[in-house]
Amino acid sequence: MNLNATLFAQLVVFFILAWVTMQFIWPPIVKALDERAKKIADGLAAAERGKHDLELATKRSTESLREGKEKAAELIANAEKRAAQVIEEAKVAAKAEANRIVAGAKAEIDQEAVRAKEQLREQISALVVTGAEKILRREINAQAHADILATIKQDL
Amino acid sequence: MSTAGHETAANAPTAGEYIVHHLTQWNTSGHAQKDIIDFSILNIDTMIFSVLMGVLGLFVMWRVARSVTSGVPGRLQAAVEIVLEMANDQAKGIVHSAESRRFVGPLALTVFVWVFLMNSMDFLPVDLLPLLWQTVTGNPHAYLRVVPTADLNGTLGLSIGVLLICLYYNVKIKGFGGWVHELFTAPFGSHPLLYPVNFAMQIIEFLAKTISHGMRLFGNMYAGELIFMLIALMGAAWTVSATGVSLFIGHVLAGSAWAIFHILIVTLQAFIFMMLTLVYIGQAHEAH
Repeated sequence: MNLNATLFAQLVVFFILAWVTMQFIWPPIVKALDERAKKIADGLAAAERGKHDLELATKRSTESLREGKEKAAELIANAEKRAAQVIEEAKVAAKAEANRIVAGAKAEIDQEAVRAKEQLREQISALVVTGAEKILRREINAQAHADILATIKQDL
Repeated sequence: MSTAGHETAANAPTAGEYIVHHLTQWNTSGHAQKDIIDFSILNIDTMIFSVLMGVLGLFVMWRVARSVTSGVPGRLQAAVEIVLEMANDQAKGIVHSAESRRFVGPLALTVFVWVFLMNSMDFLPVDLLPLLWQTVTGNPHAYLRVVPTADLNGTLGLSIGVLLICLYYNVKIKGFGGWVHELFTAPFGSHPLLYPVNFAMQIIEFLAKTISHGMRLFGNMYAGELIFMLIALMGAAWTVSATGVSLFIGHVLAGSAWAIFHILIVTLQAFIFMMLTLVYIGQAHEAH
């Protein structure tokens, strides 16, 4: 508990230690701490920016998804309309073609019928004449009754 | 912990002799200092251990400072950073001049680390180093005190250092004229009749700050050391009997309890010493 020169020696040691700390220890560590603080701040800012970008991108992708969907729906609607149109057109064309074919066939049939009738008339008149000849061979003169036969033939 | 057994072989010292012996410094005079104040004497043990602790603390921090990285810190770097940040934060809160803090920050760190390490010498068994020293020198009466902060010279040296720094900043911040003006006009006011009272108050304030600063640390560490010695004496008195064995157990229990409690005191006193250093320097920055 006595005082002596140790007091002053301790004082000098104190200043030397404080000086050494100030010169060689404090600055590099504080610099590193500040740098780290800046790094962390930058990192946080970057993360914030990234989050913001992500939000924008999400919004953009939602937007384009919606647009795409709309476009697709439009395309499908157009295609359906077009298909209906094509079917309608085809139906009309088919009907016309069918009518044409039917009309053609009818005309041919009519023609055929007229020809057949003509033939039939010829044959029947021939048959009638033949029949009448066979009957009249005995009773009627062919020449005498030719006008009657012609009249019959006309009526057939 | 420790015992006083090494001296029982020759002629056993009384408890009083044991304690007085342990509280006597190893100094340059070759015998115990007789006068209360004698500036021709230097305490060799205080100097050795305080310089040793200072160099140890600074060396560890210097090693960290050399390989410091702003990336992921290692464990040692993180530990040093925690202490440094603590000192820096306290300095920022108390001393508002960024320019002064370039010195005051490192000063606070030095004070904390150094005082903490010097106080920590108390954790060594009280007889370990003295006994080693007595064995090495071959002198069973060789003196050695290992806790530099339990020597009033050690702590007053520090607090006077802080006083000098305060005076320096007083003059630097306020100018010599401004400081002298403050010495005579604060705290009571500017009136010629009040000048002597103001000046006396200022001188008392400086003295009180400095002495209480040094004495507080010294008193805590001195008392702590003394209690370790008393506990050691209790263990040393053990014998093979019921009371003797209970003394031994008492030594172990009391020693452990006090050592654990002392961890708190060691840290707390180092922190208080650093805080007061900052507060006093901060006061030197403020005009009254």
